[in-house]
This record gives sequence, C-alpha cells and structure tokens, in this order.
Amino acid sequence: MGIYIKGMGNISPQNSWRDTPLLANPIDYTGDRLKCIEPDYSQFVDVKQLRRMSRIIKMGVAAGAMALREAGLNTPNGIITGTSYGCLEDTGIFLSKMIENNENALNPTPFIQSTHNTIGSQIALLLQCQGYNQTYTQRAFSFENALIDALLDLKDNPEQSILAGGVDEITDFSHELQKRFGIFRRKSSSSLNLFKEQDRGTLNGEGAAYVVLSGIRGEGNAICLDSVETFYKPLKTTFREKIQAFLESAELKADEIDLLMIGKSGDKTWDMESDKISSSLFSSSSIGVFKHLCGEYPTASAFALWLSVSIMKDKKLPDVVLQKDCSRPPNNVLIYNSYFGKYHSLILLRTC
Amino acid sequence: MKGRVHVAGTGIISAIGNSVPDSLLSFKNHFSGIGKVTLFNTIYENDLPVGEVRMSNAELSDKLSYHPTISRTALLGIHAAREAVRSSNIDLGKWRTGLISATTVGGMDRTESFFNSFLKDHSKGKLRDVVHHECGSSTELIADDLGINGFVSTINTACSSSVNAIALGARLINHNRLDVVIAGGTDALSKFTLNGFNSLMILDRQPCRPFDAGRNGLNLGEGAGFVVLISDRVKASVGLNTQCYVNGFANTNDAFHQTASSPEGRGSFGAMQKALDMSELSPEKIAYINLHGTGTLNNDLSEGTAVKRLYGDKYPRVSSTKAFTGHTLGASGGIEAVFSILSIQHQCVFPNLRFETPIPEISITPQLNFETGLDVNHVMSNSFGFGGNCSSIIFSKS
Repeated sequence: MGIYIKGMGNISPQNSWRDTPLLANPIDYTGDRLKCIEPDYSQFVDVKQLRRMSRIIKMGVAAGAMALREAGLNTPNGIITGTSYGCLEDTGIFLSKMIENNENALNPTPFIQSTHNTIGSQIALLLQCQGYNQTYTQRAFSFENALIDALLDLKDNPEQSILAGGVDEITDFSHELQKRFGIFRRKSSSSLNLFKEQDRGTLNGEGAAYVVLSGIRGEGNAICLDSVETFYKPLKTTFREKIQAFLESAELKADEIDLLMIGKSGDKTWDMESDKISSSLFSSSSIGVFKHLCGEYPTASAFALWLSVSIMKDKKLPDVVLQKDCSRPPNNVLIYNSYFGKYHSLILLRTC
Repeated sequence: MKGRVHVAGTGIISAIGNSVPDSLLSFKNHFSGIGKVTLFNTIYENDLPVGEVRMSNAELSDKLSYHPTISRTALLGIHAAREAVRSSNIDLGKWRTGLISATTVGGMDRTESFFNSFLKDHSKGKLRDVVHHECGSSTELIADDLGINGFVSTINTACSSSVNAIALGARLINHNRLDVVIAGGTDALSKFTLNGFNSLMILDRQPCRPFDAGRNGLNLGEGAGFVVLISDRVKASVGLNTQCYVNGFANTNDAFHQTASSPEGRGSFGAMQKALDMSELSPEKIAYINLHGTGTLNNDLSEGTAVKRLYGDKYPRVSSTKAFTGHTLGASGGIEAVFSILSIQHQCVFPNLRFETPIPEISITPQLNFETGLDVNHVMSNSFGFGGNCSSIIFSKS
C-alpha cells in the first residue's frame, strides 16, 4: 500500500530550505563541525514566543512548518519526532546552573525545555494539534522509528496525515565532549572532500528534517515511502540475506535499485562494511553519499530522506552527491544508513 | 485489532519492592516506600521525600554482574526486564523479538557527576560516565543483556513514555512485525530531576497525598517496570496460560501548556475515551482505574475532572499508587501497567494512601484499603506527561 510523501522541510548545513536548484552551491566547511543554515524563524512563529524557544525547538518547529506548507496542510493528525540527544542546550544550561548555584534559585525554564518531547510538543501546542504525539530516542534509529510508527498508523488510517521528523543539534559542550571520544577528523580543510581523503574520523553534523506522510495520493506524480527496517548489531554473516529479504518484501531485487544512498561516515574503518555491501549487492546501482553535506549525527537519515526524495522529484542526481553513476533514472531508491557499526537501517522509496 | 496481544510476563523494581511478589506484599501491608534521599548529596536531603529503590548501585551491579559505574537507569531496567522475561518462560531467541523501553533520565545520574569536573575544565571528567548518557544507550544495555538484536527502540514522552512503549509493542505484534515484545520503562533518581521539579515548585515537602484536597505536590520516585507481550501464535505454540491481554490504548496531546494540564482535562479525557473506544468497552466495564495521580494541584484536579466527565458520580474504584512509589517519571507507565496486571491476576485493587478529604471541585473518594475478592475484568491505567503527552491503556482478563 502506498504511503505518499506530501511535503518536506529541512534545516541543515546546506541551503536546503531556499528555493535554489538542489545543492546548486554546496557549502564546504573546514574543521570538524558543520552548522545549520537557519531561516528567519519569525516567518513561522510569533516573535514573542520565539524568544522563549531554544535553537533546536525553533529548528524543529520551522522544519515542521515548511513540510506542512508544502503539503498544503494547516495541522496534521499526528506528530512523531525522532531525536537522540534531545534538547542539549537547555540540558547543559540547567545542569551548569545547578552546579554553579549549588542547587539554589534555579530557573525552571531550561529544565522544562530539556525533555526530548519538547520539540514535538511545541509543534502540537503551536498548531493546537491534540492528535497522536510521540517522540523516539533510540540513537541512530530515532528517525527510522518515527517513520515505522507513521507507516503503522497510516496502514490503519490511510486518510490521515502524519508529520514525522528527525532532529539533533550540536552545542559547544556536546562538541567538546564528543571530540574527546576521538570520533572526528583531526584535520579537515574541506567537508565536501570527506570521501576523497581517506582517513579515520567523521565530521560532526546537525539538522532538523520533517516530512508529511499520507495514504491519500493526491494529483500528479507521487513518491512513496515503501518500507523501513532497523538492524541493531546485525551479524555480518546474515546481514546481506536480511537486506535481500527486506527488498523481497517489496517485491524487488537488489539489481532493481536505481540509486543506493549510503550513509557512510567518512571514517575509513566504519565505512568498510558499507562499501563491501554496496559493491557485492548493488554493483549495478548508482551510488550516492550524503554525510559530507550534513555531517554525522544520529538523525542524519532524515537529511538523506529529504535528499533522496528531492533527487527523485528532479529526476537528477547532483554531482556533489554522486559517487558512482550508472545512469539509471532514480525510481527505486534505497537509503542504507549505518552508524558506528552498531546501527544499520534501510529506507525504501519508490516513484508510484 | 487482529488477534490478541497477551501478557506473558511482568517484572518490576521500585521503592516498594524489588520484584512483583514483593510489590504485592507492600500493597497488602500498606507499606509506602517514600523516605529520605540517600543516593546523592543534595541540599534538599531533609526537605524532599523520594521513593528510592532499596538497593545501592554497588548492590545492583553486583547482583546483575555489571561494572558499578554503569548508569542506575540501565541497572534498574536490566533488573526488571530480566524478571519479566524469566516469569514469561519464553525463549526469546526462537521468535522475532523486540525491546521497547522508555526513559526520561537516561544516563543523567552519571552525567551530572561528570559535569561537575567537565564544567571547570573541559579536559576533565571520566568519559565512561557519559558514554551511556543518551536515553537509547540504557536500552542498548538492556537489549544486550537479554540478547535481543531485532527491533530496539526507546520512547521519551516524559511521564507517559512507558505506556506508549507498551502500546507500540502491541501494535507491532498486531501488524505481524514482531512475535514477542519486551516493553516498559526505567528511570533512576537524579539530582538534575530533583532540582528540575523543585524549581517548578511542584514537589511536596511531605509524603504526597494524591487526590486529597490538601495535596501539595509530588514526590519523585525511581524504578523500572516491563511486560512481555506475545501474539496468539506464540501463546498457542508455547502452550502458555496467560491471564490478561492488552485490550485498548490511546495517545493524545493536551496542547494547552508545556507543563500544566488544561483545567477541563481534555487530553486526559481524550486518552481515556479513545482507549475505551479501541477496546469497545463502555466506561462502566472498567473495575479499577490506576490514576496518574501525582499529587500536584494541577494534575489531580485536571485528571479528576476528566474522570467525572466520563463517569459522573458513578466512577469505578480509583487510586494512585504514587503514594506508595513516588512518581517514577518515564518508568511510571510500565510500573503501573505491572500493577494493573497484578490487579487482574489477583482480583484486587490497591489503596490510595494518605487520603483524607476529597477535592471539593470533583468529590472523588479513591479506594482507601487494599481489597481482594473483587470482580476485576478490565483495568485502566493513566499516564500524563509534560508537553501535554496523555496516554491511557486498558488491560483485560483473559
């Protein structure tokens, strides 16, 4: 059964919300941290309310609003958000104050806004949406879980519209902390050349991307979200079979995938397995990559969804995304994301 | 719903006991677990009563064979999830098994110690204290402990989290995506949360009094509660004799305010009504409602108003077990689901401790004593959280 993508909104380290041709002027970053290009939020939220919102909430609210605008909807029936880190800025603020003030005279606002479900709740509050409201926080499955939930809901209620998104931010604290784990490139002069310069380490990324899904097709060409699956610590020996089984459920074979969008991180060790899978199973598919554009973060697959759907609409693959060109019109697109070897997910998109 | 989602096992740890049988005993004896903070140093140790699990991190990690520096949230979760799986007698490896947990604290109990050092000098603080900070990490630890590598997920919708986890588990089984789901939640007490709620001025400086006219706030608690859900096929194949099933559930959003509920309880009313609709039960079929009943002025009035809207004066037996356990936040849905299932299994209802006077606007008198020998066929459990997240679930006798 078709679940149609009716609208999208994406705030990312690229020009993803401006009306320019897709990735016409890709932005190149030096160093290990990519930063979102943010819109004028007053287009989406009253200025008085904006003052009380932290950055990640503004990003989420705006991306959600963009998706609804494109879908021609005022309010969805349900709002489902995936976020692994939640509201880091406010968490850091409350924690710091608690320590500095020795638990005295604490302002409750950052605490209230620190809970993971604040993003989805704020969207509901602004839209007065009393429908289904959910927040997933399972690291690199957070956005996938949101999609799986939406698919379940729309299978039972296809006439509904669900707003589903993935949001994660970088703060100064979080970047300093993550750096200590040694996961980022020590030296990087060009994010766009991430995959051309083989090395250990990835780049830190962030973003907020929402999509409106519905079981109602509407007019014109349509792009469907066919299926989503997550694989936690899959065994190398059986993972290829699981990928094939996933495609078989959609009545597809691996060689029918026109474009494989791979969530390689840029770390040559973690990326080895993804490379093996793409060359062994998808040798006749075009290959695209995206984390040199958005960085690595738990909900990067939301950026990948926006990118893949945009490519399918344009029927064109931007050079900056393409790693291998098999000149196939992108009708069946498979996003294969992996996160530090532990989390693997598949998202299948089809023109319908 | 196609087929039924049966409850095959339960596991729990809270201030009133480290197991399901221990919890039942505490209810029978009206033993409340509310007491002083002992888990960490705080200027509020003599002011703010809490519901602590009676096991230190050292005792937990020793019993479960883990390093003592692991997050308490994960330890509590592992403890309860193991009991649930053991009690189910299900061989998880034989089936498409998933784990859906819920937490609001995650590894914050360790992160806050780390931050003490990190704040002064970003090169200080032990990385092992933050490696499991993310909510999803505590779930990973539970999944690894149980040997689950299929569907793994974590929900964080504040205090309604673990009801949503159980509901998702039921939906995945109904849609034939999974056969067995371990679902529930876990939250440890942390200084961050204690201070957070205190800054909101909704903590009672005395043991809490849910649904009482003189109530003055909530007491924080901690713990974990998990259920093992199975499909008809698994039940038949294993030949299990289960006593209850998930009959209905609902998730709505109050969309009124970030922390306060609407006065008319529209979110709570909506959740209860939709759960009833899904289970095709009329309100009077519910024998007992395990209220969210935190003891705050706002929640109890709002929830009580919603109950009166649904029932008028003919409300069923109701009580808040938070007077026993404290408010266990993300774990409350899971813990109270286990209590609801106990209620069906033992045909009993639990008392609402420390109640004296009904709230004048709603005039609801909750159950005052532990009582058995009742006809308990359907039990409803409510969980309402910050951000307007309202969820309700109905368990029914098989």
